[in-house]
Amino acid sequence: MSDTWASALPQAQFDGLIRIREAGLCGMITLRGDPAALAGPLRAQTGLDMPAQRRIVSAGALQLAWMSPDELLLCLPHAEAPTMVAALQTALAGQFATVANVSDARAVFDLSGPRVRDVLAKLCPVDFATLQPGDIRRSRAAQVAAAILSLEDDQFRIICFRSVAGYMFDLLAGAAAPGSDPALYP
Amino acid sequence: MSHRLASGGRLIDRRQPVNFSFNGRQMSGFAGDTLAAGLLGAGQTLLGRSFKYHRPRGVVASGAEEPNALLGLGQGDRFEPNQRATTTELFEGLAATSQNHWPRLEFDLLALNNLVPQFLTAGFYYKTFLWPRAFWKHVYEPVIRRSAGLGEAPGPRTRDPDRYEQIYAFADVMVIGGGIAGLQAALAAAESGARVALWEQSAHWGGRAPVDGIEIDGTPAEDWITATLARLAAMENVQLRLRTMGAGVHDHGYVLGYERVSDHAPGDDAPRHRLWRMRAGRIITATGAIERPLSFAGNDVPGVMLASAMRDYLVNYAVAPGQEVVIVTNNDDAYRTALALRRAGIGVAAVVDARADPAGPLPQAARAAGIRILAGSGIRKVKGGRHVKGVEVCAIDSRGVAHTAQLDCDAVGMSGGWSPVVHLWSHCGGKLIWDEGGHFFRPDPARPPLGQDGAGFVLACGSANGDLGPVLGDAQATGCRAAQAMGADGAASDAGRDTPAEMAEMEPVWIMPRAAEYDLRAKMWLDFQNDVKVSDIQLAAREGFHSVEHAKRYTTLGMATDQGKLSNINGLAILSDALGQPIPATGTTTFRPPYTPISLAAIAGEARGPLFQPLRRTPMQDWHDAHGADWEPVGQWRRPFAYLRKGEGRTAAVNREVRNVRTGVGMLDASTLGKILVSGPDAARFMDMLYTGMMSSLKPGRCRYGLMCNENGFLMDDGVVARLDEGRFLVHTTSGGADHIHGWMEDWLQCEWWDWQVHTVNMTEQFAQVAVAGPKARHLLERLGGMDLSREAMPFMSFAEGALGGFDARVFRISFSGELGFEIAVPASQGRALWARLMAEGADLDVMPYGTEALHILRAEKGFIMIGDETDGTVIPQDLGLNWAISKKKTDFLGKRGMERVAMQDPDRWTLVGLETLHGTVLPHGALALAPGHNANGQRQTQGRVTSSYYSANLGCGIAMGLVANGPDRMGEVLDFAGPKDRIIQARIVDPVRIDKDGERQNV
Repeated sequence: MSDTWASALPQAQFDGLIRIREAGLCGMITLRGDPAALAGPLRAQTGLDMPAQRRIVSAGALQLAWMSPDELLLCLPHAEAPTMVAALQTALAGQFATVANVSDARAVFDLSGPRVRDVLAKLCPVDFATLQPGDIRRSRAAQVAAAILSLEDDQFRIICFRSVAGYMFDLLAGAAAPGSDPALYP
Repeated sequence: MSHRLASGGRLIDRRQPVNFSFNGRQMSGFAGDTLAAGLLGAGQTLLGRSFKYHRPRGVVASGAEEPNALLGLGQGDRFEPNQRATTTELFEGLAATSQNHWPRLEFDLLALNNLVPQFLTAGFYYKTFLWPRAFWKHVYEPVIRRSAGLGEAPGPRTRDPDRYEQIYAFADVMVIGGGIAGLQAALAAAESGARVALWEQSAHWGGRAPVDGIEIDGTPAEDWITATLARLAAMENVQLRLRTMGAGVHDHGYVLGYERVSDHAPGDDAPRHRLWRMRAGRIITATGAIERPLSFAGNDVPGVMLASAMRDYLVNYAVAPGQEVVIVTNNDDAYRTALALRRAGIGVAAVVDARADPAGPLPQAARAAGIRILAGSGIRKVKGGRHVKGVEVCAIDSRGVAHTAQLDCDAVGMSGGWSPVVHLWSHCGGKLIWDEGGHFFRPDPARPPLGQDGAGFVLACGSANGDLGPVLGDAQATGCRAAQAMGADGAASDAGRDTPAEMAEMEPVWIMPRAAEYDLRAKMWLDFQNDVKVSDIQLAAREGFHSVEHAKRYTTLGMATDQGKLSNINGLAILSDALGQPIPATGTTTFRPPYTPISLAAIAGEARGPLFQPLRRTPMQDWHDAHGADWEPVGQWRRPFAYLRKGEGRTAAVNREVRNVRTGVGMLDASTLGKILVSGPDAARFMDMLYTGMMSSLKPGRCRYGLMCNENGFLMDDGVVARLDEGRFLVHTTSGGADHIHGWMEDWLQCEWWDWQVHTVNMTEQFAQVAVAGPKARHLLERLGGMDLSREAMPFMSFAEGALGGFDARVFRISFSGELGFEIAVPASQGRALWARLMAEGADLDVMPYGTEALHILRAEKGFIMIGDETDGTVIPQDLGLNWAISKKKTDFLGKRGMERVAMQDPDRWTLVGLETLHGTVLPHGALALAPGHNANGQRQTQGRVTSSYYSANLGCGIAMGLVANGPDRMGEVLDFAGPKDRIIQARIVDPVRIDKDGERQNV
């Protein structure tokens, strides 16, 4: 049934000041609960330690991001999400914790290039000089909510709600229009 | 006449001529010119007509403070009115046009206004528009619209083709103004280790120091500027930006900057303007000072300019204001202009100085250069209409009845002293003090705008701080102080040593001559752009407008697009004089952002066209679009109103869809419905508080309809709740309500019930949801296979999870149409495939998609309420006959106490009924039911209103729901409804449930 699955904006891409690619189907799991209670089961299921405030920890295809004092986001291959949700729910049974598969609620774009901070600065009220690789910011891009993940130098990932994927792509492409480099970041 | 000199001009490049046009006439300037410099260099001194009197006007200033030289720039889609010639950089092909005249600039019939100035005095609107009433619309307005104003708005069909953007930036220390004080402050802050941003509104660094001949460390200022810039540019913690104006200072160190990215280089693919949204720890205003005009008769005639502006044109652009110039002043600074003109070989007829004995170093230098000085004198009047022909001089303290000398000249340079630019200091509440020596308002360091830490977050330095002498020492200290406040305390290098010429004391002159007669005062302009004169302010004072804010609005002083940059202090002084009080007692008007006008497009940024606001799309949106969807907005979603087949109208499509659901099977994209997961040990308790009904008793696997009210008891949202298991509920909200309800839940959980163990997760977008409704619904779904959807396995108001046709589905047995209905939720990524599969499987069942209008009609046939139609924020569930959905067992729920208030218990509240017109027609939406008598305002009394009204194709007549006083007790009664054009439409009160009252159809 794999042909029945479609990400929000399949294969959307733009090349201008930066390179923009829709990331395709991505697995995402929202976890809510006391970090102390979540840590053990998470380590057992994923091998990942708890991320510090506004940080991402990763291992292989898995990434665990801090979202709020009682919320985490686990990113993993899309097909593995249902099994992982079930496993975590079992491991956390009896605890005050919530596990939800939100893989399909989101759209994801990969952004890369030396000017990526300058492009994002046009849309997000974020100080990119203080955003290091491995950091995450929950913010907004123009009028919609966005999570911004700094993966490696010059490589970012932005996550938004699925319904506004088109808006987000158009925003990013507009901000990355050739000739519009604000030269704010080095 | 103004003209270009054969040599000189520090900012122009004579090897690069630039062609431009003014009112269609071809002219030529040089790269580096402003438009004003280009025009003056080409001998064009007459640039426009004034706002009310259509007086000829020319350039007064050389920068952002310019009130007169406003031109229309560009053509067609790129036309823009009211652009300042003094801040517009010249580029090849620039096309400028003058404004506010008819038929021509040189010959303006509307200048007749000038002959009857008493008609247009202060407050003329209020005085003129009293009577006769019929004249308001047909005489006064058309005449005034025709004659008063500046540039014309662009045509309604034009569309700006340029791009605009915004950007967020951060700094420890934001320095606004790139003159020598700003450069020094930025250097000190940066060397201290702070992260620094420095903005300069013009295209050049250094401000006016080079023009004024300032020396720094013993060499011309220019050298120091170049060296300092190089040091700043080499530092990683410094952002330098030209052509960027600090437009406004707001709370918490938020600064708006307006960057004119490519105004000077159109045709680039760069954006035109960029709006900077800067968050800074400390803000240093190094915004300089602005010279004040003097108020003498005819001070607005083209050729009369600020003395400093003359110097700017001369030194920066090698443009002379005329052949023979008179300087009029009350201070030493203007002598710099006289000396500069003399050095350039321009005739200086005389310096007219109000002071009895000008003896400072600069007047002495002028005397030594052979320049005639008329001390103790003022200008009685300027001669000439479209350009200066000469001046009459009189004793400064006289009434100006007779002149003491006449001077021939073609330009007049005036200087009434300087005013620090205190705008940015004041935007966020910084207070001012009156400087007795300099006769200006300056920032009061004891009362700066305060930040969240209680400390001042704006610091002024240089002439913006009222320091008209040396500035670099203070600027360096200010830069260090700002950096230290941000925790940067590295060592800064020593300040440069600037040595401006020494200035003798100035002597305030607010009216020239001081005892001038009325006819002279009526020709002394204060606000050039809005045509406000000395006599207008004096009249306002006599008429009782004593508050400076009242006088401003009554006379329009300072209300033009230049915001009174030249007129403010002069106007205050005249008002104070008229009221017999010192200037500080009068105070200033309020300084508001932006400092100079910024483009609306920059404020809009990317939010235009398709990006005006986010458009939310369901996974099936493309399918709908390809199948005739006629869209309607629902929040930020767009949902199909109906699916139009080829050649089919809206009404026909809706009727077809409505009939099909009752007879066959229809499909609705319900993905937009809010879906919020509520989980945790206290979830059931929380649900009982959110909903009016009992939710804790709901069994896992079952669904229940519920109502949510706000604290006042007003109905806020409704929907079906599914209990997934003991500790987890899935809350369905209305399409528009999902985000609000999620926020509402979090508000209660985080602020009030923080110790309850409940989590919420907004799952709205995780699922695509399809409603399948109609007698053949089960038949269609069974074709997909994989789940038992029989009545026994899945009774009404239950749900089940499984693999439906291979899809990971949660199937709800619920109905909003009254028909046999299912809603199928699958991961959003599979929504498009599920929809296509259902359409394909149901082809021979004539399955059809239906839109929101059919949805509405189907629910109205069943008497189901719709949030937003039957509710408007003032309706409680009891008004809608929904008492059955309010638990009587629960001790509390949100809205319970609100419902117990007297007004909510009133037996005469308007209550839900069905309405049926006597002739089967459709009642107008929102129509009021009339009652006998009239209220105190003479309006007809009412007793109800229509909340929903449709044509029902299934019943073949109009159906409506409405709220009527005591409605349910009045079944069968006929009411009069007010239709359009006073038409009365009669309708009978009926049961709102029109089809299948017992609910058999949904239960099969």
